[in-house]
Amino acid sequence: MWKSSLRIVKPRDLAEALELISAGGKPVAGGTDLFVRLRKGVESPQFLVYIGELSELRVLEEKEEGLVIGAAVTHAELLSSPLTEKFPILRLALRTIGSPAIQAMGTIGGNVVNASPAGDSLVPLYLLEAKVQLCGPEGERELPISDFILGPGKTALRPGELVRSVFLPFLDGSPYPYFRKVGRRRALVIAVASLGALIWTEGGRVKKARLALGSVAPTVIRPKEVEEALVGRPIDPEAWRDLVPLLSSATKPISDLRASADYRRKVAGSLLLDLAQSLQNRR
Amino acid sequence: MLLRFRLNGRPVEVDVPPGRRLLDLLREDLGLTGTKEGCGEGECGACTVLVDGKPRLSCLTAAIQVEGKEVLTIEGLAKDGKLHPLQKAFIETAGVQCGFCTPGFIMAAYALLLVNPKPTRQEVREWLSGNLCRCTGYEQIVEAVLRAAEELSR
Ligand SMILES: Cc1cc2nc3c(=O)[nH]c(=O)nc-3n(C[C@H](O)[C@H](O)[C@H](O)COP(=O)(O)OP(=O)(O)OC[C@H]3O[C@@H](n4cnc5c(N)ncnc54)[C@H](O)[C@@H]3O)c2cc1C
Ligand code: FES
Ligand code: FES
Repeated sequence: MWKSSLRIVKPRDLAEALELISAGGKPVAGGTDLFVRLRKGVESPQFLVYIGELSELRVLEEKEEGLVIGAAVTHAELLSSPLTEKFPILRLALRTIGSPAIQAMGTIGGNVVNASPAGDSLVPLYLLEAKVQLCGPEGERELPISDFILGPGKTALRPGELVRSVFLPFLDGSPYPYFRKVGRRRALVIAVASLGALIWTEGGRVKKARLALGSVAPTVIRPKEVEEALVGRPIDPEAWRDLVPLLSSATKPISDLRASADYRRKVAGSLLLDLAQSLQNRR
Repeated sequence: MLLRFRLNGRPVEVDVPPGRRLLDLLREDLGLTGTKEGCGEGECGACTVLVDGKPRLSCLTAAIQVEGKEVLTIEGLAKDGKLHPLQKAFIETAGVQCGFCTPGFIMAAYALLLVNPKPTRQEVREWLSGNLCRCTGYEQIVEAVLRAAEELSR
């Protein structure tokens, strides 16, 4: 149990939240990560600032170039909003997060700042080349997701800053979306490895490919060599088989309690072939 | 802080530290011991309650997060001395053995039926995947939810 004496304050608006955070408060939104860490005693912040209901962080709004998702929007809200229909890859990945309760509590902002190599919203955000929009005492700024995430639990967030929203630019065309995570238990698995992809095809061949791998390196990675090598290939697992070693060499897995580095590399390779197969099987 | 929210349909006002866990607020301060603590870390679902109609783990919720909201616990399901169809179905199918996990399962199932009144067997299984039971082997629980869904939609 975390201490009942733990101070939590609920600011009226974003400006007050930023002041409290500059004064040493730690933000909490859904609490699905932070409260677990407090319980385990790995963190002991001075006090918490509850940002989960701030209207500025609860926006979900379509703009001309894309979708703005407020940091405190929950996974469940994203899954049920018609606004995410244009981003099927986001839905495929979010659907695999925890349990319905975790989806109803956890937020996209919390998932991003957590910067876990296994963070399931991160794979689609890397694929969609999302921008993280920050606000802080010095104003607002924006970073591509791949520059925002620096390592496990490490981000480019400066002291006093909050993630305000995540921006998803619309894609050209409708690429085939793929997401699969391999783990040990269906609901609450933090993945052993995951692969997400967006594949544009033309005349039975790959026209363009974006791939993102989770849990096989300190951050989610885009294996650019494989993406490039896929261009022009027929949609047939046999024609992709020689890329498995290339994909494996792009990974930098760690061994931990959940899986060995070698196993993670193998899983990543078979996911690539599974992607080819599911692309071939589609209507 | 003076915390105001609605609990099982009635307004409540309690003086509580804002960082108190909802689970402790319910069990210790308000005497509603139906909600259980299994793991305390979000992994077992025993502490599931509904907040504004959505499932929430009370072990990972601070009191301040339910300010002004509607909280529903297992104690709020029976009406006029009659069990809720979910409660009845759990008893009939032997979905309850030691019973420790039952309130969490019933609240999670209740949340499912709010958004999907006629779930398939597979949908029930998937939805309940965040709830653990050491006794029943789950099949009776899934059966109970399907039965209750049928009764409720009659
Ligand atoms: C049982 C269980 C299963 C889980 N399963 C999965 C899973 O399958 N996949 C997955 O990806 N994750 C999983 N998680 C992790 C977690 O639920 C998600 O990462 C969730 O998105 C975190 O969001 P939150 O709002 O609850 O974060 P919080 O716990 O509120 O915050 C997390 C961190 O982010 C910071 N923070 C939050 N919002 C902001 C903001 N706007 N600006 C700056 N900092 C901020 C907090 O200070 C804290 O350090 C699981 C967790 C549990 C307990
Ligand atoms: S006690 Fe809350 S999920 Fe286990
Ligand atoms: S009935 Fe005993 S844990 Fe489920």
